[in-house]
Amino acid sequence: MFHSIRLFVLSVMNIVQSNYTIMGNSLSQSSLTKKYVVALAGLFLITFLFVHLAINLLLLLPATDTFNVAAHFMGTNIIIKVFEVVLFSGIFIHIIYSLIVQVQNWMARPVRYKLENWSHTSPFSKFMIHTSVIIFIFLVFHLIEFYIETKFLGQIADVVIDGESYPDMGLKVITAFKIPIVVIGYILSFIVLGFHLHHGFQSAFQSLGLNHTKYTPTIKLLSTAVSIILAVGFIIIPLAIYFGNY
Amino acid sequence: MNIKLKIWRQENSKVKGKFIDYVLDNVSPGMSFLEMLDALNTKLIQEGGSPVAFEHDCREGICGSCGLYINGRPHGPGEKSTTCELHMRSFKDGDTIIVEPWRAKAFPVIRDLIVDRSGFDEILKAGGFISVNAGAAPEANSILVNKEVSEEAFDVATCIGCGACVAACKNASAMLFVSAKISQLAILPQGKVEAAQRVQAMVAKMDELGFGNCTNTYACEAECPKGIKVINIARMNREFFTAKVVSQKTT
Ligand code: HEM
Ligand code: FES
Repeated sequence: MFHSIRLFVLSVMNIVQSNYTIMGNSLSQSSLTKKYVVALAGLFLITFLFVHLAINLLLLLPATDTFNVAAHFMGTNIIIKVFEVVLFSGIFIHIIYSLIVQVQNWMARPVRYKLENWSHTSPFSKFMIHTSVIIFIFLVFHLIEFYIETKFLGQIADVVIDGESYPDMGLKVITAFKIPIVVIGYILSFIVLGFHLHHGFQSAFQSLGLNHTKYTPTIKLLSTAVSIILAVGFIIIPLAIYFGNY
Repeated sequence: MNIKLKIWRQENSKVKGKFIDYVLDNVSPGMSFLEMLDALNTKLIQEGGSPVAFEHDCREGICGSCGLYINGRPHGPGEKSTTCELHMRSFKDGDTIIVEPWRAKAFPVIRDLIVDRSGFDEILKAGGFISVNAGAAPEANSILVNKEVSEEAFDVATCIGCGACVAACKNASAMLFVSAKISQLAILPQGKVEAAQRVQAMVAKMDELGFGNCTNTYACEAECPKGIKVINIARMNREFFTAKVVSQKTT
């Protein structure tokens, strides 16, 4: 399927290229500038994921009150609201730039090999675009359910904590995580995210020019650690809720 | 040995090419891969066919002209060696060998297995030099270079520009080559003077020619016959960043 998508994109790009001079727009930015942007945005998204994970883990507390207050704080605090704009731009920029890079890379080899290269290299690095598509699909579902529905459509119950009324995000999450298909989809998405980051984290340092005989082995270890912590961290939540007494 | 070959045949850059099957008997394990192709061509000529066009020159791994994509690997099986250093003992009797040209938009096929690698020359012309007065040799100790630095520079300078990095890369990126050519000068005092313009000009030329972007898969490093390291790509990224942000010089 990817092959036909690739062919389609290539033909579109050929039309674009023959009708517009590529110079003078974001496509013409240097290959290295684009890599810097993808890497910086990617690293930023990783720091965000850690914050997100910390808050989600509050769900594992006996009562959802703390989580609800924290979620409310994240949804309303003015500084966090500014960061929300930064975050959405970060996701947007990461996706747009990585897609430009990917399409240009496809264009750089119009005729492919009969027998593809089997060089001994990092396997995860070869599937960044594939893992990213799954992450993107997850993001769409996730944003519909926990951003659009709750913020704009008001499809959420209220709960009173210490005399104040909060949207009951905790209940919404727990209800969702009682549905097997949601749990499975969620877990698979985060395994895939783990693959994306296993390559992505250390790769970002290389893209930023930070490769050093002394530090790079540590960065690679960190990359494994980061991907495992984030994937496992997010995955235990639906498991605990599905199998536990929430 | 009896060898079956699937070889890419293409008249010129304008027409489409295709794979043609050949069978070659009496291949000696001691033959080099290129001698085997010579034997095939002798046979083809005797039969009145047209010989397979392939590039070669030194046949001892130093000129970089012989690159072929053999059974899914640039320069075929074997670590840190060029096609001309590959011998038929690396294959078994009855093996099928698929031989393809380097495949990249920036390396159009000229004929059969020969591709046009003049893009590499263009990149070098853009900045892979130092502007010095080439008079008499300078006094040996007037510019001091410490041993580690000179060895590091020499290691990157062993790049023979064969294009295996581009061929191996899933993105047909030339960054290992370009970064080697940038690094060999950037780490020496003589090369520092023009470092900022050099990296910008060479990267711009590389992009313009349609090579892909690096996604840090490192197939290039795994296949480079001279063992050039991807740490040079990081150095190029760094040099590029400082050149863009810090340097007053632009191209
Ligand atoms: C929260 C989610 C995400 C995080 C934390 C993340 C993080 C990263 C990081 C750190 C890199 C490495 C950058 C580099 O090598 O310089 C990367 C690469 C990449 N990302 Fe993401 N990413 C996320 C989501 C996505 C999405 C949704 C897409 C696309 C739809 C995507 C597409 C890519 C692609 C194609 C690459 C490879 C780019 C390259 O190597 O040049 N990512 N990501
Ligand atoms: S012919 Fe010169 S390197 Fe192979």
